[in-house]
Amino acid sequence: MKSFFRSSIGRKIAMALSGIFLIVFLTQHFLINITSVFSESIFNMISHFMGNNPLVQFILQPILIAGVMFHFIMGFVLEWQNRKARPVTYAMYKGSKNSMFVSRNMIISGIVILSFLALHFYDFWVPEMDYKYVQSLPEDPDRYYEELVHRFENPIRVGLYCVSFIFLSLHLIHGLSSSTQSLGTNNKYAMTIKKLSYAFGIGIPIGFCFIALYHYFLHL
Amino acid sequence: MKLFLKIWRQKNNKSKGSMVDYEIEDISPDMSFLEMMDVLNERIIDEGGDPVAFDHDCREGICGSCSMFINGEPHGPEKLITTCQLHMRKFKDEDTIYIEPFRAKAFPIIKDLVVDRTAFDRIQQSGGFISINTSGNTLDANTIPIEKESADKAFDAATCIGCGACVASCKNSSAMLFVSAKVSQFSLLPQGKVEATDRVLNMVNQMDEEGFGNCTNTGACHVECPKGISLDYIAKLNREYVKANLKK
Repeated sequence: MKSFFRSSIGRKIAMALSGIFLIVFLTQHFLINITSVFSESIFNMISHFMGNNPLVQFILQPILIAGVMFHFIMGFVLEWQNRKARPVTYAMYKGSKNSMFVSRNMIISGIVILSFLALHFYDFWVPEMDYKYVQSLPEDPDRYYEELVHRFENPIRVGLYCVSFIFLSLHLIHGLSSSTQSLGTNNKYAMTIKKLSYAFGIGIPIGFCFIALYHYFLHL
Repeated sequence: MKLFLKIWRQKNNKSKGSMVDYEIEDISPDMSFLEMMDVLNERIIDEGGDPVAFDHDCREGICGSCSMFINGEPHGPEKLITTCQLHMRKFKDEDTIYIEPFRAKAFPIIKDLVVDRTAFDRIQQSGGFISINTSGNTLDANTIPIEKESADKAFDAATCIGCGACVASCKNSSAMLFVSAKVSQFSLLPQGKVEATDRVLNMVNQMDEEGFGNCTNTGACHVECPKGISLDYIAKLNREYVKANLKK
């Protein structure tokens, strides 16, 4: 197994599996967040459960953070190796003639997403950890909706979130179809998977954008 | 036609190369690209210069020798052809044409536009064959029934001429399309299934040792391949590699 993950195919399969894991997480994150548009109480209830359930907090959350770190570190390692594989670049290279812009620039969209994650952690995860484990404040099942709304009062933050979601979309459009190719999916499903990748890669980030803008405009 | 050429000149593997400008006139649109290079070289020789070194052999799209990277694409702007099948009518009068060697760490430059593609040979030697008893008791291949779909797919994979356009076009210099075709052309047939496990493990291992980059599924290799080898073979290679690792 050690040699498998050291091989180029092993590494791309590991990248694909961690990517699919993050896509599953992203989907559940979206499904929870969208409830904030429909019902304050349901959003509070789910957020309270996710924030206080030991399984989520002490098993799933560390696995998620490890998955995120693995995907990013592996992404940078692969990029470094790939650059080494062509020490002298072409004077003229027309990548647009044979491949999509998003597929050639996953590292750029990935770096933007990583920067966004830093902001997102600063906005939500750090205050949550501070509330629960540093200040050890009493449990308040009704605070989550208000905290969410408060974060989206600042138009610059909402703008940064929306720009990041555009890059997330670019990353997902190639990432989803690419991961299935890496896992060896037969090409007869390629068109269906490509359509699904576009639908998911555009739909989910638009949904996240909508949530941020909804709370910003609702509480102007 | 009058053309402005920017050609990579490099004396040898150790020296530093650069793009050199040439102007060439009276080029017929019916000439092949290699014939245009021949005309240029004749002029350079007449002037006492060192002609541009470039690979060529069959000049009919079979051998995979011609390896130029023309105006940002391997084998030039047209699809499903090699450089020898590219004609000057694809260019306009007074066009500027960039001519570079295939660039990859695993394809070191020998001189000018000639690169060393023996990395592909070593990959092939590591497992791209079937072991056959040649003592006189060999079964005729035609006595083994093979379903049409597998035979067709194996044939399609075997059309790979090992030109290296996949490596040259890939932003990561990955050789995954070449290896996937060479693994599949055997593993799809009953004669090749016997050694399928060792073959895929050895060929992927050799590919990695040669210093090719990682595949990130951009699909550039398939688009630029003169034989149109499908990305499906890369997916098949991935499946076979996982299976082989589980068996080992």
